[in-house]
Amino acid sequence: MNPILDFIITAIPLGMTFLFGCVGEILTEKAGHLNLGIPGIMCVGGACGCLALKMMYKTGMPWPLVVIIAILASLAGGVAMGLVYSFLTVTLKANQNVTGLAMTTFGVGLTKFIMSKLSIKSIQYLYALKFFRFPFHNRTDALKYCGIMVFLGVAIALAAAFVLAKTRVGLHLRAVGENPATADAVGINVTRYKYVATLVGSGIAALGGLFYIMDYAGSYEAYKSIEAFGWLAVALVIFTVWKPHLSIIGAFIFGLLYIAGSRIPTLLGIEMDMSATPLLQMLPYVVTILVLIISSVRKKRENQPPASLGVPYFREER
Amino acid sequence: MSSTIALETRKVSKYFGSVAANVNVDLTVRRGEILAILGENGCGKTTLMNMIAGIYYPDSGSILVNGEEVVIRSPKDAFRHGIGMIHQHFKLVDLFTAAENIVLGINDGKKYDIKDVNRRVAEIADRYGFHVDPQKKIYEMSVSEKQTVEILKVLYRGADILILDEPSAVLTPQETNKLFDVLRRMREDGKSILIITHKLHEVLAISDRVAVLRKGEHIATVETAGTTESELTEMMVGKKVELNIERPEPKNTCDRLEVKDLNMTDADGIKVLDKVSFSARSGEILGIAGIAGSGQRELLESIAGLCHPVTGQIIYHNPKTGESEDLRDKNPVEIRELGVRLSFVPEDRLGMGLVGNMDIVDNMMLRSYRKGHSLFVDRKKPGDLANKIVDELEVVTPGTHTPVRRLSGGNVQKVLVGREIAAAPTVLMAAYPVRGLDINSSYTIYNLLTKQKENGVAVIFVGEDLDVLVELCDRIVVLCAGRVTGILDARNTTKEEIGLLMTSAGESCATDNDEKEDVGGENN
Amino acid sequence: MKTTEKRSREPLFHVVKRDALPWYKAMLIRVIAVAAAVLLCSLLSIVMIEANPFEFVKTLVDGAVGSERRLWKLAKDAAVLLCISLAVTPAFRMKFWNIGAEGQTLIGALASVAVAVYLGGKIPEPALLVLMAIAAILAGAIWGGLPAIFKAKWNTNETLFTLMMNYVASGLVAYFLVVWRPSGGSVLGRLDFGHLPVIFHEYFLIIAITIILTAAVFVYLHYTKQGYEISVVGESENTARYIGINVSKVIIRTMIVSGAICGLAGFLIVGALDHSITATTVGGLGFTAIMVSWLAKFNPLIMIGTSVFITFLNQGSSQISTNFNVDSSFPSMIVGVVLFFIIGCEFFIGYKVKFRESTKSQSQEVVENESDS
Repeated sequence: MNPILDFIITAIPLGMTFLFGCVGEILTEKAGHLNLGIPGIMCVGGACGCLALKMMYKTGMPWPLVVIIAILASLAGGVAMGLVYSFLTVTLKANQNVTGLAMTTFGVGLTKFIMSKLSIKSIQYLYALKFFRFPFHNRTDALKYCGIMVFLGVAIALAAAFVLAKTRVGLHLRAVGENPATADAVGINVTRYKYVATLVGSGIAALGGLFYIMDYAGSYEAYKSIEAFGWLAVALVIFTVWKPHLSIIGAFIFGLLYIAGSRIPTLLGIEMDMSATPLLQMLPYVVTILVLIISSVRKKRENQPPASLGVPYFREER
Repeated sequence: MSSTIALETRKVSKYFGSVAANVNVDLTVRRGEILAILGENGCGKTTLMNMIAGIYYPDSGSILVNGEEVVIRSPKDAFRHGIGMIHQHFKLVDLFTAAENIVLGINDGKKYDIKDVNRRVAEIADRYGFHVDPQKKIYEMSVSEKQTVEILKVLYRGADILILDEPSAVLTPQETNKLFDVLRRMREDGKSILIITHKLHEVLAISDRVAVLRKGEHIATVETAGTTESELTEMMVGKKVELNIERPEPKNTCDRLEVKDLNMTDADGIKVLDKVSFSARSGEILGIAGIAGSGQRELLESIAGLCHPVTGQIIYHNPKTGESEDLRDKNPVEIRELGVRLSFVPEDRLGMGLVGNMDIVDNMMLRSYRKGHSLFVDRKKPGDLANKIVDELEVVTPGTHTPVRRLSGGNVQKVLVGREIAAAPTVLMAAYPVRGLDINSSYTIYNLLTKQKENGVAVIFVGEDLDVLVELCDRIVVLCAGRVTGILDARNTTKEEIGLLMTSAGESCATDNDEKEDVGGENN
Repeated sequence: MKTTEKRSREPLFHVVKRDALPWYKAMLIRVIAVAAAVLLCSLLSIVMIEANPFEFVKTLVDGAVGSERRLWKLAKDAAVLLCISLAVTPAFRMKFWNIGAEGQTLIGALASVAVAVYLGGKIPEPALLVLMAIAAILAGAIWGGLPAIFKAKWNTNETLFTLMMNYVASGLVAYFLVVWRPSGGSVLGRLDFGHLPVIFHEYFLIIAITIILTAAVFVYLHYTKQGYEISVVGESENTARYIGINVSKVIIRTMIVSGAICGLAGFLIVGALDHSITATTVGGLGFTAIMVSWLAKFNPLIMIGTSVFITFLNQGSSQISTNFNVDSSFPSMIVGVVLFFIIGCEFFIGYKVKFRESTKSQSQEVVENESDS
């Protein structure tokens, strides 16, 4: 395959890891909750998937079923984490930053703990890969990474964009994040929306962790990188100004930047200084900061964070 | 009978703590009429309407819609009975379009299609003569457009009874006229409209009947055609109440602060101060009367240097140096550095004048902490001052280290006024200093202000109770919609006279655009 | 009929804000929460690592304070954590959500390492140390001040900005590691120069400096004019305006102070402990510090307690992971669970839950309605 095409195609599935986390975080933030636990949730999602894969594999079930159970376990892990977060921040009105950071500390720890107890042989991943990378699992070039999970990620992002923009539920969710008092006044159940958005968002983010371990990396060690990707996902939310459909492109760009350092020299046949890689990998964050600054200077209202982001809603104060 | 009555309240009462907001109010609203609800600030108009709209629940009494008793516990309940209220503070999501705001919260089981909503909104708007673009975002809208959206929100939900809380307060005269046209069209369509207002000329212009409330009680409902402004004013302000506030004659008065042709517009482009001119003299209390939101806050904040009028002058005559300074573009620190001793008791005590979570001592420091070149704050003097104020003004508190948030309203105000007086001001401004206070605390505040006046301070007192203004002040400036409509000698005026000026019965307050260039009010 | 409608509409319970709870009651709630968390952890440990709960608690305590060496380590780790916590506190008191302490500390560490790399051996050691400290403080101040300038001028969201700055800082560290060690991978060996002197004990100096710093920050926040301004801005910007405080100036100045202290912490980590740098030198302490400060209600003196407490949990549970032969990630799980309980219990300190029909007037209302119908 053409090396340039290979480079581009590799960036797409890598971007998927951020995309799942990003779409999950967008849904949560649209309800007014800044969930800094997303990196932890993505880790736990990956770990729960691996745990299920290992346990189900032992039973000798047919492999598609094993993989489906692994996906469900990953979702369940994410939702469980989301439940802890939303109970603390919605019901108990705890500080979102503190809660989110504690979630990440806990989630990363839990993941490491689970993974240390598992030793998944690569043969077991192969089962998963066959499923995840359908229909390209037999290919040897970069296209092999672009299986159903990639399509699923894009589909989820598009679905989220559609729900937010075109449905009643989306309208109500955005109202909750913008102005919960107004939403409450017109009879929207603010608490329910916050819970559902956080739980669904956490479930989607969890898939990102699963995808990275089982599909993109397909290796046991992969869980160690997920936390960093989780923060990139949070950055991506800002980069794409809270728009799920833009985040598909954003994820791709972040993916390109992430691997550019190792690919560009061979591509262009030039000697590139080794020091360029860290700088290129830093670029997504710098660009994100620039986006944040530019959108706040331009004050374009559509590109601002949801107005009630980070502020707990307490009806009696309205 | 029941076929013509759309809404009725029977012996509705509501208490907040020991304060009666409404007592046994009986009100009837006919189908296809505009009923004006008239009354002074704090007479319980808004509370009554909030009960009908489901914001509050009455302590006793009942509400009937179309002759049937109903239970209204939430705005949603109210909508179910066809009642919708347009509040003074709009409840809109800024980022949404008009149509999105209008449809928000409605779940009629039908598929959500914003195009369909846009069409239906446009239909309703056409029917009543609104001009609104359903796809315009709220943050791009003027206040009057936002109000239109609020009204459409209510109509879209199929309300037959509309309550408008001071709808003209935020509108220009032209916009008000347009709104009234719309309201008339709704009336023809069979809707019942309750409109809360202070403005007598509007009452006469738009309503079929007027219900007058005073101190939480329903005084009377009269046919608009058979009444006059002075009759309404009399019902609204009631008989004069003797308060017996001590009022010594002013001595050695001289101009201390001269306000000349002050003009200011707010963020929405509405004129909040319109050629305001008056002077405050040392040794007297100057009262400022007016319906809430007539520019009082902006006026005081301009003088204190918190906001800056576009044109005009605020001249301070310094008694020590004899020099005069224009304070218009100065900030509070610059004003103090000029040697101007200006004290200000703002309306929002815990949100502006004091820090609720800080104790009395730390709140004493707010004004004085900058003194000296030391890096450190000195808590000794503020501590002494706190003790002095607690003793002299009999502030009820566990100690001077209690957060002021935990004190009662009267005690909070004593702490604030005490601090402002302790700065030995030459000008003392107090905005609604007795609001929410019991009788004893109120008199403490009156006496403090009077004492300041005797000490030669120029006191500016913004009040809402006309009885107090008439008995406490020496002169009264009346504001209406950002204009001075009169400057009166408090000893030779009546509540009715002030009331008429406040509600712009005098010709000077504009209803038509051709009066724009008319004299604001240098009556004195 | 009407009555049932009304009763069904009354929510089961509703939540109201409490007036301040006496401190001992608030403390009791927190103690109960911690006890419950430890109980849960020890129960979990039965399932997960097959330890009995008593063994669990015993090992926890022993691991944290069981020997002189462990005590010193506890004190050292708590000191580093406290130092960064002190740094974030001024900003938090101003309600400026600075979650960039990680990056501000790291950039401080990087700056002092840079000074040591480029000037080490060329100038006298004391001068080098001073320069390292200054460089670190400046770097931290810039890292903290930058988001503050944008917050003050354009109201740019500071939480997201400072969060991103963390990763820019670690990217820079990764970059300089490659620059300094072009061939030998990205590990910087032990620095030869720029070591803070050892007095009494290798950890003594950093502990002493932190104690002095604690006192200084406490005095700064509670007894200086600037500290007073921070409190006023944090409590009410409207009041600040009323008394003529320049809010933008206070925001920028305070974040510069916050960043500078972070930078200093970075210098101490490099000069007194690590004598090297990696992208994970700060190791999440910048985030833990936020919790330390928050748990202490932003009071530097109470933060001594909370930082020791968190370090205690960390170190104790590390011992558990060693003794029971489980993964070294165990401590962060324990700390996480305990934090969840403490975060949750704050609700019961700040709010009161009122149950339906607990008040007289409501039950009367129901009786009246029943007699009506």
